[in-house]
Amino acid sequence: MVFEGLAEKLQSTLQKLKGKGKVSEKDVTEAMREVKMALLEADVNFKVVKDFINKVKERAVGAEVLESLTPGQQIIKIVNEELTALMGTTQSKINFSSKPPTILMLVGLQGAGKTTMGGKLANMFKKQGKRPLLVACDIYRPAAIKQLQIVGGQVDVPVFTLGDKENPVKIANEGIKHALDHGNDFVIIDTAGRLHIDDDLMGELQNIKSNVKPHEILLVVDAMTGQDAVNVAEHFNEKLGIDGVILTKLDGDTRGGAALSVRAVTGKPIKFVGLGEKLNENSIEVFHPDRMASRILGM
Amino acid sequence: KSYQKIDDDLFDELEEILITADIGVQTTMDIIDAIKDKVKSEKIKDPLAIKELLKEQLFEILNELSDDEKLKIEPSPAIILVVGVNGVGKTTSIGKIAHRLKGEGKKVLLAAGDTFRAAAIDQLQVWGKRAGVEVIHHQEGSDPAAVIYDAIQAARARNAEVLICDTAGRLHNKKNLMMELEKIFRVVEREYSNATREVLLVLDATTGQNAIQQAKIFNEAADITGLILTKLDGTAKGGVVIGISRELKVPVKFIGVGEQKEDLQEFDSKAFVNALFGQE
Ligand SMILES: Nc1nc2c(ncn2[C@@H]2O[C@H](COP(=O)(O)OP(=O)(O)OP(=O)(O)O)[C@@H](O)[C@H]2O)c(=O)[nH]1
Ligand SMILES: Nc1nc2c(ncn2[C@@H]2O[C@H](COP(=O)(O)OP(=O)(O)OP(=O)(O)O)[C@@H](O)[C@H]2O)c(=O)[nH]1
Ligand SMILES: [K+]
Ligand SMILES: [Mg+2]
Ligand SMILES: [Mg+2]
Repeated sequence: MVFEGLAEKLQSTLQKLKGKGKVSEKDVTEAMREVKMALLEADVNFKVVKDFINKVKERAVGAEVLESLTPGQQIIKIVNEELTALMGTTQSKINFSSKPPTILMLVGLQGAGKTTMGGKLANMFKKQGKRPLLVACDIYRPAAIKQLQIVGGQVDVPVFTLGDKENPVKIANEGIKHALDHGNDFVIIDTAGRLHIDDDLMGELQNIKSNVKPHEILLVVDAMTGQDAVNVAEHFNEKLGIDGVILTKLDGDTRGGAALSVRAVTGKPIKFVGLGEKLNENSIEVFHPDRMASRILGM
Repeated sequence: KSYQKIDDDLFDELEEILITADIGVQTTMDIIDAIKDKVKSEKIKDPLAIKELLKEQLFEILNELSDDEKLKIEPSPAIILVVGVNGVGKTTSIGKIAHRLKGEGKKVLLAAGDTFRAAAIDQLQVWGKRAGVEVIHHQEGSDPAAVIYDAIQAARARNAEVLICDTAGRLHNKKNLMMELEKIFRVVEREYSNATREVLLVLDATTGQNAIQQAKIFNEAADITGLILTKLDGTAKGGVVIGISRELKVPVKFIGVGEQKEDLQEFDSKAFVNALFGQE
């Protein structure tokens, strides 16, 4: 495997060279090849990797690195720093509206984990003293409403639905009214999965947005996503102007390079990660950029 | 871009095409090395010939398996088990296959083996209705192996030609969930050993290199006989199946190209390879 022990590989490559004398720019280029392979193996997008490598190289050929006693470690440090910086430096939180309800809308490709994440968020914010309402705007997927109702029931949060015969824009509008009438200060809108290139369904989301003006539009991304993550994120961001990203299924063994791709092309923070099918507090975490950087590099 | 000569720029472009199609670093490097060898040994000078060579190479990897590509449901009775990680399109693909087989005049039965996910049973029942086939199910939360057991008895009693079993999505790195799958397989082995068996692993074309790990580990647990590659109606190319085909020698049987019951096609390696290069 390309990936096994990237850190060790880098260190030994550079340390060996160091033994022969000075580490040169060419040696750094060779070491960067290993990093490039590792990132690609982790599913970081090709173009994102290219830009990243160029940036790291620039810093790594600096005299203080090449002439240090431990160039391998220095370079690893730079890679990690740059990666963490790219991942976002702060743990972003939800922006609560001063005028309730705070409205959050979950969007993304089919099967990414939106409905499940809706349940997790409802549960988490309920525990923090909010009074959430889940709104069922997926009228397309078979039994999507029933799924959300069961999910809501599991975390004891009400679910607003108008069935699957009404327009999702109307459902969203009515859902907000319902929240206002019933003192729900936190609304989570579950939308149907859709392709980023589906203009009709992307238009539907734009309509919901202009009607209910969500405070947070969060793009839900499967952590196993490959090179296409950039296309998806770019489209959703362009069409909707997302406020952040949620990364799901990190309980798997994927490196999760999609995190880096999505972050790089949208510049939007990753706010939460999903870690399982259950809805409890153990299955959702605030995003930690440094941990993700290490995971992607396998270090 | 059109290239005047065969040089590093050309190979860089090929590398980009292959990697952005999710073919993976290792497979990409192997393929490009093989092409470089051919260029040398056959003294190829025309850059236009390179893309064709590359296609041939990919085609070869996929086509080696093409004899097995058709769904094996003869002789009847047949059982099709559908497995995969969460949200890849198992239940939807089952609905589509049921619709297709029903259209061919087959007597089909579905088993709601996902008793875990919220409304998974209802979802399969909607698909059962769409395809016009019966669904055998228990309550949410019950033992999936018991559902499959009952479905096999029902398939016998009703003389069903094909029984298609849904299973809960599970990540391959979860040992207990993979063991649950093995339990289902033991029931099939014991109760329906005479049935023609297909075990289809569903992969989401949007998935990157993790799909290789998925395929390997599911194959260890379940002897996969075929792949279904879903969501090819998006912009993802699904190139990871090339590495998987190469390593596991498992053919792709179907592709999913949408959410409707007609959106299932038999895999066509030529069309697939062309699509990798953005050609229809
Ligand atoms: N292992 C794991 N599974 C998850 C996670 N989040 C969601 N899932 C599973 O992924 C599958 C899809 O989740 P859903 O919540 O239905 O996804 P969705 O985005 O709402 O799907 P559509 O509405 O069809 O677009 C289900 O089997 C979930 O249980 C996670 O963090 N880890
Ligand atoms: N665009 C597109 N969407 C698909 C395709 N196949 C399935 N889907 C959608 O993907 C989502 C997940 O599909 P399911 O059939 O529920 O997936 P699953 O593997 O059964 O999911 P779990 O049982 O939760 O693990 C649904 O929204 C489907 O409509 C496809 O070929 N193209
Ligand atoms: K997915
Ligand atoms: Mg959903
Ligand atoms: Mg399912």
